[in-house]
Amino acid sequence: MPRIPIGATIEAIIDFLVTHFSFLTIAFTRIMENVIRVMENGLLFLPPWLFIIAAAGLTFWLTKKRGIAIFTLLGLALIWNMGLWVPTISTITLVLIATLTALSIGIPIGILAALNTGVNRVVQPVLDVMQTMPAFVYLIPAIPFFGLGKVAAIFATVIFSMPPAIRLTCLGIKQVPRELVECADAFGSNKWQKLFKLQLPLATPTIMAGVNQTVMLGLSMVVIAAMIGARGLGGEVWRAIQRLQMGSGFEAGLGIVIVAIILDRVLQHYGTKKR
Amino acid sequence: MSETPREPKIRVEHLTKIFGSKSQEALKLLQSGVGKDEILEKTGCGVGVADASFTVASGEIVVVMGLSGSGKSTLVRCINRLIEPTAGKILIDNQDITTLGMEELRQVRLSKLGMVFQNFALFPHRTVCQNAEYGLEIQGMDPAKRREKAIIALEQVGLKGWEEYYPVNLSGGMQQRVGLARALALDPDILLMDEAFSALDPLIRGDMQDELINLQSKMQKTILFISHDLDEALKLGDRIVLMKDGAIVQIGTAEQILTQPANEYVSRFVENVDITKVLTAESVMIKPKAVVFLSAHGPKSALRFMQKQGLSQIFVHDEHHKVIGYVTADTASEATQRGETELHHIMQTDFVSVPPDTPAADLIPIMANLSHPLPVVSSEGKLLGVIIRGSLLAALAERGRTNNA
Ligand SMILES: Nc1ncnc2c1ncn2[C@@H]1O[C@H](COP(=O)(O)OP(=O)(O)O)[C@@H](O)[C@H]1O
Ligand SMILES: [Mg+2]
Repeated sequence: MPRIPIGATIEAIIDFLVTHFSFLTIAFTRIMENVIRVMENGLLFLPPWLFIIAAAGLTFWLTKKRGIAIFTLLGLALIWNMGLWVPTISTITLVLIATLTALSIGIPIGILAALNTGVNRVVQPVLDVMQTMPAFVYLIPAIPFFGLGKVAAIFATVIFSMPPAIRLTCLGIKQVPRELVECADAFGSNKWQKLFKLQLPLATPTIMAGVNQTVMLGLSMVVIAAMIGARGLGGEVWRAIQRLQMGSGFEAGLGIVIVAIILDRVLQHYGTKKR
Repeated sequence: MSETPREPKIRVEHLTKIFGSKSQEALKLLQSGVGKDEILEKTGCGVGVADASFTVASGEIVVVMGLSGSGKSTLVRCINRLIEPTAGKILIDNQDITTLGMEELRQVRLSKLGMVFQNFALFPHRTVCQNAEYGLEIQGMDPAKRREKAIIALEQVGLKGWEEYYPVNLSGGMQQRVGLARALALDPDILLMDEAFSALDPLIRGDMQDELINLQSKMQKTILFISHDLDEALKLGDRIVLMKDGAIVQIGTAEQILTQPANEYVSRFVENVDITKVLTAESVMIKPKAVVFLSAHGPKSALRFMQKQGLSQIFVHDEHHKVIGYVTADTASEATQRGETELHHIMQTDFVSVPPDTPAADLIPIMANLSHPLPVVSSEGKLLGVIIRGSLLAALAERGRTNNA
């Protein structure tokens, strides 16, 4: 039996896209690199102690929980103390850009999938593939389009972290009780009124759980993406592996854990907020 | 309860709803007289409503009643097209709803059709007041004005002071009041109420029914009320539409349904009704055989009337035909022997009377310790009829027999 050329086909498609469109993606990459640099420099412009106090204040303001604010304060201070301040800021920047992009694409797709069975029928199998495909695979096509570096890392991260945002947005909207939707209809609401006055508000906790997962996946991917030159905390881990430096590898890993916990607790607070 | 027919507000003509993808094929089968079960077997389509026709007059409460699965919810949802009818017409104010485009339909829903749901369907993320405001908000009314209207509607249903609470903090009965206020705030001509009280405990349900009757006497809305409870239907409905398997079996007043059941199914359905709650003084009273006028008659003529008709007492009218008292045969004969010519001195003026809509259940204790027949008196004081113990029991026995036949 002849071998079915799945790999060859994909390669041919990617090749075709690279030859004809990579000038666009490369141009985009140049612009994005500058945006990232400006953001990073902006965040690094603040002295670390001021950033740390501001971050702790922000988490307290967002969650009204003293524990989380204190953890933020001590955790970031520890990172600073370990000399990991610059890579941490770099990682946070990448996670922010990647997850904001993933969310601003994923949430609308989730809404569409919930409201339109046709869209849903296309989206669901694609999501299944996206979620089970090993994360590293996304790195490969990212390189020819965006070159080695942060933009390729962001691209891979967006793809990798988007599924939960789509899935949980879709789920949250579908979970709105039928009788309530019927009621909104009976009172003459149009599609948009129904969406903004009923479906999205009721789906918010579920959507926020999706946001949380997206951010966590984004963080893990940004670390993995160190392999294609994303630097940051992942880069520190990567370097430690190559040099077999147990201690500094652990420190960088600890930095990632601290950032993850802070993000998770803040977002979880919104996921569980209820009337 | 024969009322003059009023202008029909809702007219449903040959409405059919068939669920499933082969609904047109199923419709043909249905029209050729094939039964519901066979249609399901052949086409896989479920018949929700089959060829239903009825009207609801302006200001009338019509209760659609039937067992679970008989198609009541489907019927009411066809009227505001939450469910698209398969065939038939629905005219509201002589406008065919089934042909409207989406935008026109929204306008009709917004302006004419308020709906109250079985499980309240309150929006949990909105306060009581914001729930009541919902329809007005959709209409695009400005916030201050719609809040004012919502508060008035909430006051109407007795929820003053609860505006800022969330629905979860309210009991079931109160939640449904919010549901009612949400519909009333729009001041629609028509209220569609799908099992609105079915989820409430019996006591609360009774209160809500009384309150609806009370509100209706002030508002005069056109109400299509869905219920699976016959007692509720009899209490609320000016007329009742009885459904079975998607089709209408009988349409009539409570009494018509009880006393002239259209078929075996209806009579089995109604046999457990407590008849004393349904029959009223008006329906068990008999015509007074004779009366006397204070100005025209004396003891002697009163006595003669009584002897002729075999009465032991007779009611006395004034010149405006108002009942003012009664005279017994004994006192009349004594007065005649004494040679008196006036009824004044022998007339008893302390008598008990009832209005025509008194339920038969309330009549029984009144009758128990009464020495004279019970006069049924209109609000203007006119004698409409009398109830004697024998006629009350006979009427109850009679209706009971028809029911159990
Ligand atoms: N969306 C639907 N799809 C298929 N069948 C339905 C649907 N809604 C109702 N039915 C069927 O239509 C019939 C009438 O249902 P319904 O109107 O809900 O009855 P009721 O309100 O009197 O309990 C039932 O046999 C039910 O199974
Ligand atoms: Mg129902």
